[in-house]
Amino acid sequence: MIVNGKERDFDSGITVNELLEKLNLSKDTVVVEVNLEIVPKDQYAAKILNEDDKVEIVSFVGGG
Amino acid sequence: MANNISSLERYRRQVIIPEVGKAGQQKLLDAKVLVVGAGGLGSPVLYYLAAAGIGTLGIVDSDSVDITNLQRQILHRTDDLGREKVVSAKEKLNSLNPDVKIITYNLRLDRYNAKEIIGEYDIIVTAVDNFQTRYILNDACIELNKPLVEGGIRGFDGTLITIIPGKGPCYRCIFPHNVDLEKGELGVMGAAPGIIGSLQALEVIKLVLGIGKPLSGRMLFFDGLEGNFSEIEISRNEECPVCGKKDKGE
Repeated sequence: MIVNGKERDFDSGITVNELLEKLNLSKDTVVVEVNLEIVPKDQYAAKILNEDDKVEIVSFVGGG
Repeated sequence: MANNISSLERYRRQVIIPEVGKAGQQKLLDAKVLVVGAGGLGSPVLYYLAAAGIGTLGIVDSDSVDITNLQRQILHRTDDLGREKVVSAKEKLNSLNPDVKIITYNLRLDRYNAKEIIGEYDIIVTAVDNFQTRYILNDACIELNKPLVEGGIRGFDGTLITIIPGKGPCYRCIFPHNVDLEKGELGVMGAAPGIIGSLQALEVIKLVLGIGKPLSGRMLFFDGLEGNFSEIEISRNEECPVCGKKDKGE
């Protein structure tokens, strides 16, 4: 699975929620894009990730 | 008219760039750009746009200059403490380039005043420190069909994306749900907004001139400690409550 441009060794079948937990990221401070589509937050628990998925985790950078 | 092509000497070093030329310089002199925020990002954005000869610059900010601003907000100086940021900014920019017409708005942008102000400009720049104003600007720019150059910073890092209504994703396509902000004061190294703000200014100039490839449909990330840039592609959300109904492409 590719996460933020890097090949990462996560098991196929984990959910977005589980991925964020493994990466120690709060689901309230990021948005997750899987294969170029933003995943709605209410689908994090159900959305299953596969080995060949491309995942991007975008933090909100809000300073100005 | 101050904004006349006859006084090109000031702009010579950019006019000789083939992609700019005299015709391009005239486009810059005719352009109207609104910069929301005269702080960390707004400072480099405004300096470079004024220097390049953007003919009309609007500046929105409701704050006054505070001592803690000065490590990054390079428009303002120690002598400006307590002064309105828009006044301080206008003074520096007028001194840098008197060709530029500067219009100041000493107010906080909200749902009620946003469209009226934005309607006067060709391109809008987000240089704000909060999520709420970004949503307000995004929604108003989509409705009025104005390009929006969005930047954000944190620590040594920054992000950048140009939102072109109907073409690329809007801010709500990317951040469909409210993202919780870190509580308390955000740390920022001043050079980081210097980088992102300079890139925002360049995006504006590209849009005005109609050259290059805007950062639409892709978000740029700057990692200051690693010293690298990366980008990710982001598609439009067809079901986006704000931009979902706009026509795609063209």
